[in-house]
Amino acid sequence: MYFTSIPFIAFLCLTLLVYYILPRRARWVLLLAASLGFYAFSGWDNLCYMAFVILSSYAAGCFIQKTNDQTKAYLAEHKDLPREEKKAYRAAQKRKSTAWLVTAMLLNFGVLAAVKILALPQIGGIFTDYVMPMGISFFTFRTMGYLIDVYRGKHPAQCNLAKLALFTSFFPAVIQGPISRYDSLSKTLFEGTGFSLDVFGKGAERIIWGYFKKLVIADRLLVMVGTLTGTPGEYEGLYTLLSIVIYAAALYCDFTGGIDITIGIGETMGITQEENFLSPFRSLNIFDYWRRWHITMGTWFKDYIFYPISVARPMMKLTKWCKKHLGDKTARRVPVYIATLVTWFATGIWHGASWNFIAWGIANALVIVASQELQPLYQKFHLRFPKMKGKGYDSFQIIRTFILMSFIRAFDIYPGVIGTLKQLSTIFWKPSPAKFIAGGLTSLGLDTAGLIAAAAGLAIVIASSFIKKRPPAIVFALLVIAILIFGVYGLGFDAAQFIYNRF
Amino acid sequence: MQELIEILQNLHPEVDFAACDTLIDDGILDSFDIVSVINEINDTFDVVIPADRIVPENFNSAAALWELIEDLED
Repeated sequence: MYFTSIPFIAFLCLTLLVYYILPRRARWVLLLAASLGFYAFSGWDNLCYMAFVILSSYAAGCFIQKTNDQTKAYLAEHKDLPREEKKAYRAAQKRKSTAWLVTAMLLNFGVLAAVKILALPQIGGIFTDYVMPMGISFFTFRTMGYLIDVYRGKHPAQCNLAKLALFTSFFPAVIQGPISRYDSLSKTLFEGTGFSLDVFGKGAERIIWGYFKKLVIADRLLVMVGTLTGTPGEYEGLYTLLSIVIYAAALYCDFTGGIDITIGIGETMGITQEENFLSPFRSLNIFDYWRRWHITMGTWFKDYIFYPISVARPMMKLTKWCKKHLGDKTARRVPVYIATLVTWFATGIWHGASWNFIAWGIANALVIVASQELQPLYQKFHLRFPKMKGKGYDSFQIIRTFILMSFIRAFDIYPGVIGTLKQLSTIFWKPSPAKFIAGGLTSLGLDTAGLIAAAAGLAIVIASSFIKKRPPAIVFALLVIAILIFGVYGLGFDAAQFIYNRF
Repeated sequence: MQELIEILQNLHPEVDFAACDTLIDDGILDSFDIVSVINEINDTFDVVIPADRIVPENFNSAAALWELIEDLED
């Protein structure tokens, strides 16, 4: 059941109606039933994967909590113990908790890795028609984040199995995030807040905005991307450049549209979820970009992979060794560069067990490291040309980052690592402007009307990013009309699945 | 505290670390800076800052970071 399908709209309306009819304390139970029901639509067998994640996290979380409580109680009772004995007790208890955490993580990430491998086309011949459970990367990461935070003592474990099941399966966020943290989402998820017309209206507006981005723009642009990348040999040179730029716009509208719908649905129920985007195409550099794009995934990897690797004892030892033998500057770089490579390798794998995604991850890491290495050069440049600042220079940086990230994203749309690099190279060595001008845009799967609709939609999205005030209701009424008239679900089209559903 | 301010100023000489309390919120310290600071703290104060204490509240100001160091020393 796609977000863009009529059954989903009906399901959502019914859920909202019953949600507000029920007493507040019972609303989370309805959400749980709705979430499990929604997920079951993707296949009953997929529920088994989710049940495994929920049950293993529940068991591990409650045991870790019990151990943490025991430790606190014991130390409170034995205040006079020598410091060394207290330390030894704490360490022994921590080992128990660690064993549970590691076991749960190995099991859950093991299952995630297995399903990703089974979904590979190379394996497809053996396990025919295997489809990866919808959103498994998202709900596994969300729940593992919860478990790590319980282990770290950031918040207590949720020892109500049904509530943990709701946190894992919450239907608006189950298939494409955001990867909310438990301490943030749980504040409003179980409360069943009272109805507020203003809050409900804001949520509804955001849902409409999400559908507009998805159905009017993204699904149209994706038709063009499909044509351009389906037979890459026919669309080289400037067409490749066009392809990666259109894909940037399509992915933005698809993913942010989906997140708008997700956050909007939550808002209509008084449930607050974390934001996942912050004007990513205004990023000045790659660091800035990853602070603005898919924020919850970025912070997940930073908090649970990048920092733990960077400050791990072996890394500290390595840093000290480097300081002694190679100097301060090298020592400062070693932990962050190793952690960056590992983190981006893992981020690539998270997107899919394929060489393209690994190359995508490594490309991000290399650009980050290169940017860091070029910092002294940038500083010298600014000292030499102090007037090269302000809006003009910011615009240059924004365009540079957009182009750079568009090139990296090419690994997502072209087949094979070598194939992608070859395709990108044609932009420089055979741009073929004459072929591009002769072919135009109408040969890419959209007619003139479709192109105008997509371009007008994009113009509205860009214009909206400069408006800070909440638009009047009439704007959203017009958007609904635009979705009904220009939405991509007429003859010859199918409202497509969201791109991030496949992760 | 003065030693800590010096560590921070080696990274960003242009920042008034004694006064600023939005080092993370305003993006003054990024993740690379944080790891560098942790390594320097480890060397200078012989204190290991574990990954679970790397949260904005502990790194938003020099004072908060100093409090964390004192807490870990205890």
